[in-house]
Amino acid sequence: MSSYRLEKGGQIDRTVPLNFTFDGRAMRGFRGDTLASALLANGRQLVGRSFKYHRPRGVLTAGAAEPNALMTIGSGGRTEPNSRAPMQELYDGLEARSQNRWPSLDHDIGAINGLLSPFLSAGFYYKTFMWPAKFWEKLYEPVIRKAAGLGRATHEADPDAYEKCWAHCDLLVVGGGAAGLAAALTAGRTGTRVILADENATPGGFLLSETATLGGQTAAAYVANILAELGSLDNVTLMPRTTVFGWYDGQVFGAVERVQKHVASPDANQPIERLWRIAARKAVLATGSEERPLVFGGNDVPGVMMAGAMRTYLNRHAVAPGRKTAIFTTNDSGYALASDLEKAGIEVAAIIDSRRDAGFDFAGNAHVIRGGFVSNVLGRSKVEGIEIWREGQSERIAVDNLAMSGGFSPVIHLACHRGGKPRWSNEHAAFLVPDGLKDLHVAGAAAGVWGINPAMRSGCEVSVAALAELGISASPCNIPEIEGAVASLSAQPLWCIPGIRAKAFVDFQNDVHLKDLGLAVQEGYGHVELAKRYTTNGMATDQGKLSNVNAIGLLAEARRISPADVGTTTFRPFYTPVSFGALAGAAVGKHFQPVRKSPLHDWAARRGATFVEAGLWYRSSWFPLPGETHWRQSVDREVRTVRQNVGLCDVSTLGKIEICGADAAEFLNRVYCNGFLKLPVGKARYGLMLREDGFIYDDGTTSRIDENRYVMTTTTAYAAGVMNHLEFCAQAVWPELDVRLASVTDQWAQMAIAGPKARTVLQQLVDEDISNEAFPYLAAREVSLLGGRLRGRLFRISFSGELAYELAVPADCGESVADAIMLAGKVHGICAYGVEALSVLRIEKGHVTHNEINGTVVPADLGMEKMVSPTKPDFIGKHMVHREGLVDPDRLQLVGVVPIDPAHSFRTGAHILQKDAAATLENDEGYVSSSCFSPHVGSTIGLALVKRGASRHGEEVQIWNGLRNEFAMGRLVSPVFVDPRSEKLHV
Amino acid sequence: MRYSALSIFLNGLFGNRNWAAHWRQPEPKAHYDVIIVGGGGHGLATAYYLSKTFGIRNIAVVEKGYIGSGNVGRNTTIIRSNYLLPGNNPFYEFSMKLWEGLEQDFNFNAMVSQRGVLNLFHSDAQRDAYTRRGNAMRLHGVDAELLDREAVCAMLPFFDYDNARFPIQGGLLQRRGGTVRHDAVAWGYARGADSHGVDILQNCEVTGIRREGGKAVGVETTRGFIGCGKLALAAAGNSSQVVGMAGLKLPIESHVLQAFVSEGLKPFIDSVVTFGAGHFYVSQSDKGGLVFGGDIDGYNSYAQRGNLATVEHVAEAGKAMIPALSRIRVLRSWGGIMDMSMDGSPIIDRVHLDNLYLNAGWCYGGFKATPASGYCFAHLIAKGEPHETAKAFRLDRFQRGYLIDEKGQGAQPNLH
Amino acid sequence: MASRIPCPHCGLRPKEEFTVKGAALQRPEAEAGAQAWHDYVYLRDNPRGAYEEYWHHTSGCRRWLVVARNTVTHEVASCRDAAEVKAVTA
Repeated sequence: MSSYRLEKGGQIDRTVPLNFTFDGRAMRGFRGDTLASALLANGRQLVGRSFKYHRPRGVLTAGAAEPNALMTIGSGGRTEPNSRAPMQELYDGLEARSQNRWPSLDHDIGAINGLLSPFLSAGFYYKTFMWPAKFWEKLYEPVIRKAAGLGRATHEADPDAYEKCWAHCDLLVVGGGAAGLAAALTAGRTGTRVILADENATPGGFLLSETATLGGQTAAAYVANILAELGSLDNVTLMPRTTVFGWYDGQVFGAVERVQKHVASPDANQPIERLWRIAARKAVLATGSEERPLVFGGNDVPGVMMAGAMRTYLNRHAVAPGRKTAIFTTNDSGYALASDLEKAGIEVAAIIDSRRDAGFDFAGNAHVIRGGFVSNVLGRSKVEGIEIWREGQSERIAVDNLAMSGGFSPVIHLACHRGGKPRWSNEHAAFLVPDGLKDLHVAGAAAGVWGINPAMRSGCEVSVAALAELGISASPCNIPEIEGAVASLSAQPLWCIPGIRAKAFVDFQNDVHLKDLGLAVQEGYGHVELAKRYTTNGMATDQGKLSNVNAIGLLAEARRISPADVGTTTFRPFYTPVSFGALAGAAVGKHFQPVRKSPLHDWAARRGATFVEAGLWYRSSWFPLPGETHWRQSVDREVRTVRQNVGLCDVSTLGKIEICGADAAEFLNRVYCNGFLKLPVGKARYGLMLREDGFIYDDGTTSRIDENRYVMTTTTAYAAGVMNHLEFCAQAVWPELDVRLASVTDQWAQMAIAGPKARTVLQQLVDEDISNEAFPYLAAREVSLLGGRLRGRLFRISFSGELAYELAVPADCGESVADAIMLAGKVHGICAYGVEALSVLRIEKGHVTHNEINGTVVPADLGMEKMVSPTKPDFIGKHMVHREGLVDPDRLQLVGVVPIDPAHSFRTGAHILQKDAAATLENDEGYVSSSCFSPHVGSTIGLALVKRGASRHGEEVQIWNGLRNEFAMGRLVSPVFVDPRSEKLHV
Repeated sequence: MRYSALSIFLNGLFGNRNWAAHWRQPEPKAHYDVIIVGGGGHGLATAYYLSKTFGIRNIAVVEKGYIGSGNVGRNTTIIRSNYLLPGNNPFYEFSMKLWEGLEQDFNFNAMVSQRGVLNLFHSDAQRDAYTRRGNAMRLHGVDAELLDREAVCAMLPFFDYDNARFPIQGGLLQRRGGTVRHDAVAWGYARGADSHGVDILQNCEVTGIRREGGKAVGVETTRGFIGCGKLALAAAGNSSQVVGMAGLKLPIESHVLQAFVSEGLKPFIDSVVTFGAGHFYVSQSDKGGLVFGGDIDGYNSYAQRGNLATVEHVAEAGKAMIPALSRIRVLRSWGGIMDMSMDGSPIIDRVHLDNLYLNAGWCYGGFKATPASGYCFAHLIAKGEPHETAKAFRLDRFQRGYLIDEKGQGAQPNLH
Repeated sequence: MASRIPCPHCGLRPKEEFTVKGAALQRPEAEAGAQAWHDYVYLRDNPRGAYEEYWHHTSGCRRWLVVARNTVTHEVASCRDAAEVKAVTA
């Protein structure tokens, strides 16, 4: 292919050539090129295939709205589908591949869809593929899915890093074109904190595509000077390559910075993208405008391009669009392009201006056809000519490319993200920002102010106004003399073009054409939102940036109403798509959530513990000894050791809350359903905490360690929730109570020492007498340890049902104390045990956890109805716990369950059915909530919640696990398998 | 006009000029036997079954915007019947069965795609909870399979198994679960109801409910007063507002739930998968976009838009589950307003006026329920008694304590 | 919802530092009766517009706050400490 690169000109650096490939073919560009400009310079006009008909497509725009030139960039875990070629800066070694074609871009089988298009009209798929019903998943859908979609994403993990930041400023300027630069400069010179964000590598916007001069300088030089001044100001932050994608409630803007998307080898110490949340007191929206395509036959043939884009490629990248150009315009901007093309030595065959009365006096050579239309493009995969319609006459001319300009739509997306509806302006032939915007000011073309000088003036004025709201006085920056610019861009809207024979596209990427919209109206989908959903217009990756206004205009014509009455679909974030990587930031892999480790974590690790995730915690689950090959061996041994000798378990993860104050007792009395007023100093009590709706929230022991000081334990899972709940009660419900709360979970290492020899072992460390007389069951006191070297808190409480203590020591002493206990216990056969053994021990004893207390259980279900105080005037849950449904005799109640044949086992989650009942939901009587192998019983045992369970001990039942195909006969028994009279606790 | 491959062929030959409107645009009549407030999925389905199955023909559906403009057009398109509690499970299975024959029934391809719904678990406790749930499903004859880590890995090899903070241990799979083209459900029901004579009145906002002698006699609307014999409310998201016009307060809060779609991709993931260690679920549409979501934002809202923090939270969970999502770009986020009820389950009941019926409180599970909700609501309206699968969805259950709380979170809607 | 909440103790802070609970209702008196308790626990005004809600500054000062805001515009009108609100209304 021949080169379309011009001999001179442009803002590319011809001293830095860059090699890249497209579909494996080696090509060359220069620094300053985008992937799109480089492809065009290499004469590559066909760059992609459309979604539905697989039509050949070329580069249409020079910006973020590009619907056609989407390609897959990179390889392996860096594969990035659907990258917009005009937004991708060229770098050396870039690999780009075209998409949605097979076997190749030039010869795509899928293009056959184009021939079938009469039968593939809008919504055709809703009317067929229904017979036979089974064929949808098996045949139709797989075929459709394979054909649909755009690029192919990798299944490999991304090797690169991402991060997130907050930024704060007084004024955020979004967009660094003429208006944005003026706004930023005006504000920057006052010393206020300004952020200027621009989606391109170099701010400047369309100024960089201009041939006009500003104050005698080229536009590019002028922009460079302003950027230099802004860069020199400490209070101004320039954020190039940063797309502000959303405006969120509370005046926070979301933005993504493409930190290293333009470099050949990313620095591993830098993120590839950075997500910003910008808190801006005021903001100026200076996002410019989007040039609108025109809807004529074959407007999608490669070689048809937006006029502004053609000008960008010509002036900025020194790329010729072809040898012979035609320009179809509804406004004066087409003449600026014509003039630049002719200056660059490219023949302009004709300027077709739809305005009969166009006043622009074109001084160049091109033939100006007023009141004319391009109705059709000739050629299929490249432009071979155009058909011009004028006053009922059709005329053909041969050209190899065509520029089009249907007017300009202000880019108002961000202004509409918070619910405001855009308003149609007949004067601008465009939708403008919603009324009543707060803290967001709109400048330049985004506000419908066309032309360099007016846009800059607008930027200054808006900036001054925004700062005035902050009480900052600013004076507008000076605006240079501008020469050679086309001043007026005002356009007559042009929706319907006469003489169309070929498909005229509205949404290029989704292949929605003129007739599809007509069919939508015909079939009752004329509402703009329904038309969008029925035809898919505006649902492609460009989200209708090019297509929506045309669709609205065409719907308006079809329905014979004004675009104002049609209205727009909803503008939603993101302005342009944002990667998962950027949104996820650094929270990836093992860092998805923070890790909490007990003070005894490393101690347990040294003893070979296996760990298990428990919420954010890692807890030691068992401690295998040499020779143990299965976890059950370790757990059974640990359980037996505790029952026979003594064991030590890390229970530091239980929530620990200190509750102090003169009204602490009264407070506890109100948050627990059982009484706490009479708990003496030095004693612990089991407490049951209800929700206000009467169901159990959490349980645990609370100990009174001083007159007005209590320490509460919660379950591991609910530690944070209970703390929040208690704070709510103390602050919002009963602020009059004198009570203070502090979470001390992390301050204490706490261990359970359980087993018949627990006291013998522990007495070796504890200085005070802990005999049964001196330190009876439920005693809770501060104690001196190791000859007065340390103070700790000792609680005589038991989860296992054995003689047991929990000892809490300051977290940093946890490991030494645990070592000391293990040393003291060695001769008594002590072992460390983990949460698995802990679980077996508590199931054997019939103690409940959140397996049972699952939010749908009331105290009576667990046989704890006596814990619900009938005498207390008020406590959380009191007023709801006696409702009809909560005292229904048919409720599920806690029971134990054992297999009839001890050789049989069952699992948690199995359901309970009557002995001879059929397996149906109607016959479902409950479920196994906890289960384990019990070394004590010698078989699997379980706790279950069963209808009327408390009165059914002894009954034979089915333990039904159809999910795993496991069925066992069982017997309902007391939930307490060990020491039912709790004698061990009192020895 | 009946749709078929032949009708497409013949119309295609003649330039597609002969397709008729899918539903009429009638003027409101003075009186209807039944007025259904809400032209979303549930309201239109109710009209469809009332007219087709229960033989009531003089029906209007009044809709303040365009049909399907609420949650039926802004959900993540998932259908499933993997419920735990006996109050829910038969109802959602009934819905699933209706989905399975829906398209042939209303002659509109809503692309019901039974591609499987897989709920991942990451701990023994989650596995046990799913075992209990799976068994409840199996007891009702609903398909459920418990997959171990290897089986999940074979199905979805590109998930994070080796480097995850919360390693995947397995999943509960319902193969009959899947996705449906959501808008088409509204359109199919609308077309079907219209063909049975139902008047669909768009741009007709109810501004008041007129009451006489303990009955609702009609609705004031932006298109004038319309009288009715029975009034049925199916305006989820705005239930409190609409019911408030009849002087009733509900156990419901309106919350925003965000949903998302990525750029279009060639087939990336085949089934619907939910993450068990964070708020994320994903499927891929026929068009190629990954459709995904997470949890509700958590605060009361009628704004149909949420916060960026929630978006990030969802993306974090997504990338934790599938590291390869990293370079895929999220195209669009949007919000829907959910009727979050106080126990996480819906209400289909007659309320305090003799002829006033309420269908509300669907939380974020309303889409999958659409067919059964419409059918059961129609049953209640036509017969005056609840359908056997919807008996538990009574309004007085909160007062009486017969809650249907799948998650066990109690009376705090944002936790359901 | 606004992206930031003006905590009366900590200033304007990101929303994700806070945990929302729900409608800022006053708990009935103990003897208020079953209907009052049902209404408090289950029924909600759920207004379109002005609304008062409990938020907890969980990752901040850990105070419970009453945030007055608009459920349509998401604008926050005020944010007060819940204890002070209770003291004023009690």
